[in-house]
Amino acid sequence: MKTIKNIIYTLVAVLVLASCGNTSSKKKDSKSGALSGNAAEKVYVAPGEHDEYYAFVSGGFSGQLAVYGLPSARLFKVIPVFSVDAEKAYGFNEETKPMLNTSYGFVPWDDSHHPDISQTNGELDGRWVFINGNNTPRIARISLSTFETEEIIEVPNSAGNHSSSFVTENTEYVVAGTRFSVPIPQKDMPISEYKSNFKGALSFISVDQETGHMGIKFQLIMPGFDYDLSHPGRGKSHGWFFFTTYNTEEANSLLEVNASQNDKDYIAAVNWKKIEEYVNNGGGKKMPAKYAHNVYSDETHTATSTMMNEVLVVDPTEVPGAVYFLPTPKSPHGCDVDPSGEYIVGNGKLSADLTVHSFTRMQEAIEGKKFAGEAYGIPILNYEDVVAGVVKQPGLGPLHTEFDDKGNAYTTFFISSEVVKWKLGTWEVIDRKPTYYSVGHLMIPGGNSRKPTGKYLVAMNKITKDRYLPTGPELTQSAQLYDISGDKMELLSDFPTVGEPHYAAGCPADLIKDRSAKIFKLDENKHKYAATSESEAKVVREGNVVHIYMTMIRSHFAPDNIEGVQVGDKVYFHVTNLEQDFDVPHGISMIGANTSELLIMPGQTETFVWEPKQEGVWPFYCTDFCSALHQEMQGYVRVSAKGSSVPISYTLDGDPTDAE
Amino acid sequence: MKLSKIIMIVGAALLLALFVLPLWNITLEAPQYPEPIGMNIHINKIADANPNDIQNINLMNHYVGMKDIPTDMLEFKIFPVVIGTMALLGIIIGIVGKHKLFLLWFIVMSLFGTAGMYDFYKWEYNYGHNLKETAAIKFTNDDGTPMAYQPPLIGTKTILNFVAHSYPRSGAIALFGGMGLSLVAFFVGMKEAKKE
Repeated sequence: MKTIKNIIYTLVAVLVLASCGNTSSKKKDSKSGALSGNAAEKVYVAPGEHDEYYAFVSGGFSGQLAVYGLPSARLFKVIPVFSVDAEKAYGFNEETKPMLNTSYGFVPWDDSHHPDISQTNGELDGRWVFINGNNTPRIARISLSTFETEEIIEVPNSAGNHSSSFVTENTEYVVAGTRFSVPIPQKDMPISEYKSNFKGALSFISVDQETGHMGIKFQLIMPGFDYDLSHPGRGKSHGWFFFTTYNTEEANSLLEVNASQNDKDYIAAVNWKKIEEYVNNGGGKKMPAKYAHNVYSDETHTATSTMMNEVLVVDPTEVPGAVYFLPTPKSPHGCDVDPSGEYIVGNGKLSADLTVHSFTRMQEAIEGKKFAGEAYGIPILNYEDVVAGVVKQPGLGPLHTEFDDKGNAYTTFFISSEVVKWKLGTWEVIDRKPTYYSVGHLMIPGGNSRKPTGKYLVAMNKITKDRYLPTGPELTQSAQLYDISGDKMELLSDFPTVGEPHYAAGCPADLIKDRSAKIFKLDENKHKYAATSESEAKVVREGNVVHIYMTMIRSHFAPDNIEGVQVGDKVYFHVTNLEQDFDVPHGISMIGANTSELLIMPGQTETFVWEPKQEGVWPFYCTDFCSALHQEMQGYVRVSAKGSSVPISYTLDGDPTDAE
Repeated sequence: MKLSKIIMIVGAALLLALFVLPLWNITLEAPQYPEPIGMNIHINKIADANPNDIQNINLMNHYVGMKDIPTDMLEFKIFPVVIGTMALLGIIIGIVGKHKLFLLWFIVMSLFGTAGMYDFYKWEYNYGHNLKETAAIKFTNDDGTPMAYQPPLIGTKTILNFVAHSYPRSGAIALFGGMGLSLVAFFVGMKEAKKE
């Protein structure tokens, strides 16, 4: 009898264990919440239908910006910004090479981090996206009409251009804050003398409201901390800009320890309106600084690079009331301002809590001159006087907070791999959802504006182990889409991304799609070497340089046979696409050319250089499948020996023509 | 002034709208043209329905050997003169006010209209049949004859991957309206004559 009892006990125990096993496996299944409920339906965009939102996701170390649709997470385009891109000849053709020019020469790569969409009255206006290049400090402006990079400005006195590129309420300024402090101006000095000798530059780049053209209005030369992220004030705090700092210890070695000693670092609150006024009244001083300003024109289809040689710098101590430090625990990363402009959230990544400052309390503290002290002449406010509330132990490693339209905030936690939803004002945690895994930044379309949309949230993750088919040691980078329209967040889908999905900006599709360019008007083409009709096609020799003015249309090149080119010549193919129909680009490439093909939009002219090394007859062809007769879209260049007597000649419409 | 006279003058003057408004429109729909491409036919020119449509129609048509849509035609010189003269004549007749002349004007105008339609048909026939020998793509009918790409005179027709619509436009409505008014003017004029 006892044995039977024992057997029964054992059986019960086994069953309990087994059911435990079941529970845990169920738990694992619930990870892929997309399979439960109607998540799949919610991200399904039927063939031919459009997504509701655009998402602009930075490519991190790819140096690019990717355009996705939400909720489908379909990838539409990768816009080359700081890196050469063979797909579009960006940085390879003569027209865009100047875009990647810097004071260090041609730098065809960067680390692109934080896109931000232009605003008017604190609301997204869909004119431009700005994005920063970290490594060789640069800010780029991308047109949301052409989805092409139109302008890149280098930022001198800066290093690790990280707290960028966020825009003020009316796109008056794009900021470029330095992550690394450096000697200003640069000089040869011992690194150990970092403290008080190194400085951090916060650059305010003005934006022309008509053309979008950027110019560095002033640089604020700040103490030698690390400036991490930033956000503009809005509404009542419009006119201020907030920057998180770390390494207020001013350590220069083993920062993981030495920059994590202070219990509190700062959020630097900058009254840029005050500094603007000071500068407009002749304040600040000009200092020599070499930086490139590169502008692309849609009329000449060509970029120009201008080397600038001075910049206006401002010492913050000379503008009383312009800059204050708000103590914030502990090495804050994200610096986020809520839609009302009242709350400034410091995401102290080494802190157990989330600190929220009040703009109103900050103003009161300033008026009451309640200072806890100063750092390099900049007043430090009392933590207790400025803090609005604390979200107690919401997770581990808070990184970045965005907001919805219902007074809620959403924060990513890198260490505990989750998104936490909490309420502004009450500071209570409402909901939390796991992310897979090590989430960095998050994005809610319109999240950095006075009018967030509150329907979707995108989390961007660093590690994707077990989420996708493996692809060798490197797995795809990934983002996750959550539905935030209800009380509880719901994970809808995972999607792979290009490069590192470092940060993103999003907006309703209706804001942009109807203003998207369809063609470039041929009669507005002012490219120096454009041939806007086949009758203008020609070949011209100038010494050992040969200019080919070529046109392309379905389905031929003009000219298509060219003779009289010699070994050692520098042959420029200036190719104009005569099409005037939406989405009909043509490509061209030449055997032995050292750059990529050209991909030329309707009405556009692009140029590539070919330096023939061998005698012979060499083909070129269209690289973009353009029509039923695409395969026939080809031609030849005859290359003779250097000094040959073969004259330049070519065929137009099949008829031979001699060059003048 | 008599009512018939006013109607006749207004009717004849309506013809002048043709110097501004398109007479006819041909629109081509195809899967790769979710926004259809088309051309508006005026008495003195053929114009894009949307920017660059004619260039794009020519590009599509060249595969099967169709010639470019003409920019210069004899009709563009004749039609404005005919319409201008008829409008002027109609107004003069209206002022003179003899209702029998109204009918005569209507008949002459109808003859011109018929001739115009016939001329349009002939042009379409040539445009659709007179293909280049060197066409890249040659389609044949079931009986082996070369396929023609003639758009319909009026109505809708499927031509390979295109659906072609050919319909009158606002100018034609003004024209037909004007002609109709001249007929009305005739009957009103008749009544007025009887009363007297």
